[in-house]
Amino acid sequence: MDLSWMAWTTPTATFFAVILCLILSMCVWEWISPGGQPRRGILRFETTRGDRLFVTLLGSAFINLAWLGLVGTNLWWALAVCAVYGILVFIFV
Amino acid sequence: MSFVLNTHVGQRRSKRWIVPVVYIVFLMLPLYWLLMMSFKTNQEILSTFSLWPREFTLQNYITILSDSSWYSGYINSMIYVVMNTVISLAVALPAAYAFSRYRFLGDKHLFFWLLTNRMAPPAVFVLPFFQLYSAFGLIDTHIAVALAHCLFNVPLAVWILEGFMSSVPREIDETAYIDGYSFPRFFTKIFTPLIAPGIGVAAFFCFMFSWVELLIARTLTVTDAKPISAIMTRTVSASGLDWGVLAAAGMLTVIPGALVIYFVRNHIAKGFALGRV
Amino acid sequence: MKSWNNKAWFLVLPVLLLVAFSAIVPLITVVNYSVQDSFGNNEFYWVGLEWFKEVLESERFHNALMRNLLFSAIILLIEIPLGIAVALAMPRRGWGVSVCLVLMALPLLIPWNVVGTIWQVFARVDIGLLGYSLTQLGFDYNYTQDVVDAWVTLVIMDVWHWTSLVVLLCYSGLVSIPQAYYQAARIDGASRWAVFRYIQLPKMRRVLVIAVLLRFMDSFMIYTEPFVVTGGGPGNSTTFLSIDLVQMAIGQFDLGPAAAMSLIYFLIILVVSWVFYTVMTQQDAEPSSGRGQSS
Repeated sequence: MDLSWMAWTTPTATFFAVILCLILSMCVWEWISPGGQPRRGILRFETTRGDRLFVTLLGSAFINLAWLGLVGTNLWWALAVCAVYGILVFIFV
Repeated sequence: MSFVLNTHVGQRRSKRWIVPVVYIVFLMLPLYWLLMMSFKTNQEILSTFSLWPREFTLQNYITILSDSSWYSGYINSMIYVVMNTVISLAVALPAAYAFSRYRFLGDKHLFFWLLTNRMAPPAVFVLPFFQLYSAFGLIDTHIAVALAHCLFNVPLAVWILEGFMSSVPREIDETAYIDGYSFPRFFTKIFTPLIAPGIGVAAFFCFMFSWVELLIARTLTVTDAKPISAIMTRTVSASGLDWGVLAAAGMLTVIPGALVIYFVRNHIAKGFALGRV
Repeated sequence: MKSWNNKAWFLVLPVLLLVAFSAIVPLITVVNYSVQDSFGNNEFYWVGLEWFKEVLESERFHNALMRNLLFSAIILLIEIPLGIAVALAMPRRGWGVSVCLVLMALPLLIPWNVVGTIWQVFARVDIGLLGYSLTQLGFDYNYTQDVVDAWVTLVIMDVWHWTSLVVLLCYSGLVSIPQAYYQAARIDGASRWAVFRYIQLPKMRRVLVIAVLLRFMDSFMIYTEPFVVTGGGPGNSTTFLSIDLVQMAIGQFDLGPAAAMSLIYFLIILVVSWVFYTVMTQQDAEPSSGRGQSS
């Protein structure tokens, strides 16, 4: 089957591999300690780790977009902001 | 009888029907106009303005029903809509059962992910869909459109069926298993009849959204499986178009919907709340 | 209490495979396109994040987004109150119910481009009932020329097409209220407004969330009806995001920018639907907040 129409590139392949690894590691984590540590954080609703990961990823997408639109094309700094944001989400939300 | 305290509004009660009636008249006016136009000749439509046809004619309908390039559009639409409804229900039934009865790894995220597909704009998927189905050699087949429409119909069917299944007490499942029913036998013999209204409502919604969708259906078809709605747009863009035939074609697309609504009218209110009231 | 059973995954598997085929593969493809330039024949050149930057800074995208938000806001403001009002006034028993339900659901089952065609014809000044009557009454109405007229036509069309969904949802909420509630209210001498505010509105809250959610999503991705009626015109005044997107992807075959725009569009939809979904499930969870967490 011809897959050239999907137009894979190394960076996008890496991107999806990272996402896949994140999801798989969430599964492993869930396997080791089930339940997902539900709690009520600063957003005042119950979240589990999966929710926190989702909030992190979605927020990161918007941080990157905002950086791209407002600052410039060097997204490594935006990624650093995302890492901080992700840690904050996992602690407080 | 309406949603009011009879004592409070005894004197106003007689006037309450005005709101739905005015609303229904508003709904019916454009349809009335379409119906009237379909009975007029093109010449009459363009030359005189009248509320009803002066020269009543069925020629527009005859044109459509005798020309295979027109009526095959209805057959194509029907084929992929039915295929889509069957596929959607077949895969959604077990999944909805799983969501309504068990908790499993990542269930809530999976459910949300399914719903996001219902919310994704079809315009986003049009181009890759074309490439994907070309790669599988499925362009211009009914199954391609049916599969593509599963994108938004399967999540919806799972959502509706899950609502209906959750209202069936779990004790029924447990009793059946104790009585020695295997899962497939229990599911087909006992459970499915219990949620029959839910299946009907889910089928109705699958039919509805597959029937009304145009963008994806148009992109994935060329001639052999082209839906009626796409054939109509082609006529609109052609020069010197025949308004009478267009109106008749539109009127004919309204009829299947009207029939389907008539059959499910008793469950429609519950169905629109997706079994969740 | 649902029991944990990871074998339930096997029941979900068919859905997963089917939807993955028609959702994940295309989505990955869109991401791949968004970072490359293409000159047809499946030849692609890496351009990095150029398209995202271009889309984010383009006037065209901002305007289409603003038009879309404005349109969604207007139709939600009209359709939700109107839907509630009609649902409250609907008969509850007898033959009137079936007649109302069937007639009201009718616009929902008309193919979207036929809805567009119906209104295109209905609003035409030469052969349409609405356009002709308005002109005869002395209004200067022409939806193909005037921006305001085009918007009014589209809004009325959407109200015509979708208010019934809100009505049917609210109605299904209302019929589930036990008669005893009304009797209790009567004994307490509650006013009509109090009955609405404290009995009917809370009972409709859940269906209203569904209604707002569905109406927001569908109006935010509206394509077919405005495309048929106005074609995005006059000028660009009714070019919504989807119309712009399809024009870019299929009309001009600019795969890269179209893909970048799709992704930004999708992210906006995703965040809004997540907020709605969370609100909805939290509402469901709240009454039974005492439930234990199993493991």
